[in-house]
Amino acid sequence: MSLAQFSKTAIRNLFHKPVTEKYPFVPKEYGERTRGHIENDISKCVLCGLCMMRCPSHAITVNKAAYTWQINPFSCVQCNYCVEGCPKKSLTMKNTYTKPDTQKTSVVLKYSAERIAGEEARRKAMIEKAMAAKKAAEAKKAAAAQEAAPAGTGKAEVQ
Amino acid sequence: MSKISVVPFGPQHPVLPEPIHLDLVIQDEKVLSAIPSIGFVHRGLESLVDKRDFKEMVLVAERICGICSFGHGMGYCEAVEKIMNITVPDRARFLRTMFQEMSRLHSHTMWLGLAADAFGYESLFMECWRIREKILDMLEMATGGRVIFSICDVGGLRKDVPDEMLAEFDRRFAALKSDYDHVTEIFLNDDAVKSRLCGVGVMTIQQANDLGCCGPFLRASGVRRDARMTNYEAYGELDFEPVTANEGDSYARCKVRIGEIYQSIDLIRQCIAKMPAGEVQAPVKGLPDGEYMMRIEQPRGEALYYVKANGTKNLTRFRVRTPTFANIPGLMEIMKGTEVADVATLILTIDPCISCTER
Repeated sequence: MSLAQFSKTAIRNLFHKPVTEKYPFVPKEYGERTRGHIENDISKCVLCGLCMMRCPSHAITVNKAAYTWQINPFSCVQCNYCVEGCPKKSLTMKNTYTKPDTQKTSVVLKYSAERIAGEEARRKAMIEKAMAAKKAAEAKKAAAAQEAAPAGTGKAEVQ
Repeated sequence: MSKISVVPFGPQHPVLPEPIHLDLVIQDEKVLSAIPSIGFVHRGLESLVDKRDFKEMVLVAERICGICSFGHGMGYCEAVEKIMNITVPDRARFLRTMFQEMSRLHSHTMWLGLAADAFGYESLFMECWRIREKILDMLEMATGGRVIFSICDVGGLRKDVPDEMLAEFDRRFAALKSDYDHVTEIFLNDDAVKSRLCGVGVMTIQQANDLGCCGPFLRASGVRRDARMTNYEAYGELDFEPVTANEGDSYARCKVRIGEIYQSIDLIRQCIAKMPAGEVQAPVKGLPDGEYMMRIEQPRGEALYYVKANGTKNLTRFRVRTPTFANIPGLMEIMKGTEVADVATLILTIDPCISCTER
């Protein structure tokens, strides 16, 4: 008798709807909290590099010189640590998983041309300002040295 | 009597979820002894403390294993919190206990399925994993991850679980009991199952103590020892009594795990009923300086977490002693004198987790 205990379940399963879903024909619905993949709103991103420093699996690469933010979704472990540390809240965790691919392609995001031009102009202005400040400081130093020099030469003349 | 020969078993074997290699010394169909060798999935996660700061290490500790992931994160966080004298908020303590019990529940359900598969009862395996899926869905709903939850943090939890969701979980767990009733009845009463488990791999109480076994493997031999009795997290405020059996055979191990499944459901429902309101994250200031050894009860037994810090953001040492590591000597002992056909079932009865063991 005890041998046939499972038969009830086995027979029910024959006529029951499958418990599995027909993915990918029926799209899977994920909960709000599901950690699927990371997205970056590049318009808010300031390329500070904090996410790159926090990432435990080194999936994120930030290149300030080239104005790019790059993520390898196949290295990302979806820990949400970068999202928690983003100062501009540009990173978000989406609830859908990374789509399968034949290669481990990275996602590269770049600043828009206008923003790059703006950033270049800002950088140029900053450099010019710094150079001007440096020049002014040098001139001030030279003037101070000149002021001190006559006194020294005077002393030498006396001798 | 035929001559003695050595048969390699694993690291790749249909019954093994993870790689472990055994050299079985056999004569006829009897196993005389077994020599284990591990090291196929070593990743050096402990030494990452040099490169990751103490907060980031929570995420690394969680990834030691896919099944006991919450416990690893929690054990590490507890140790760091003890060093830094952080008082974890009550709600976080109860939620951590709830997640730990949910992990135990899905781990034991997975084990039941694997055990059924090992002794050739495939439809029972499917049935167990169908139930496990319901628990994983709940975990995904609450934490965002199915196996790696990334919710535990030094000082509490990264996110709170709303009360409505907890009420929904309570309802689902109440319904889950009837699902388990049907499956566990087969494990405990079916003749086919009993013929593969009863009297196989008997471990006496003396052997279990001498070999330093832990978890359900130890409790099935009649030893009443469970790290949850040390009242860490919220276990002190819950009605808890370790599940034990006296026979010490594979059937007793199965019985203890089934008992723990019902106990986990009960503990989760107690947690939900007693859930205090308030914050889930305590402020973390400064850097850890000191050392601490934390003991917690993982689904497979007692795990130890040793953390040593010197006041910098990186720890100086992190050490994990996992339950499977402690259970391997016991496994070698019970294999002596058994049939070769029972070896696969016996390996599974200790519920081996090789990723944990090798880290």
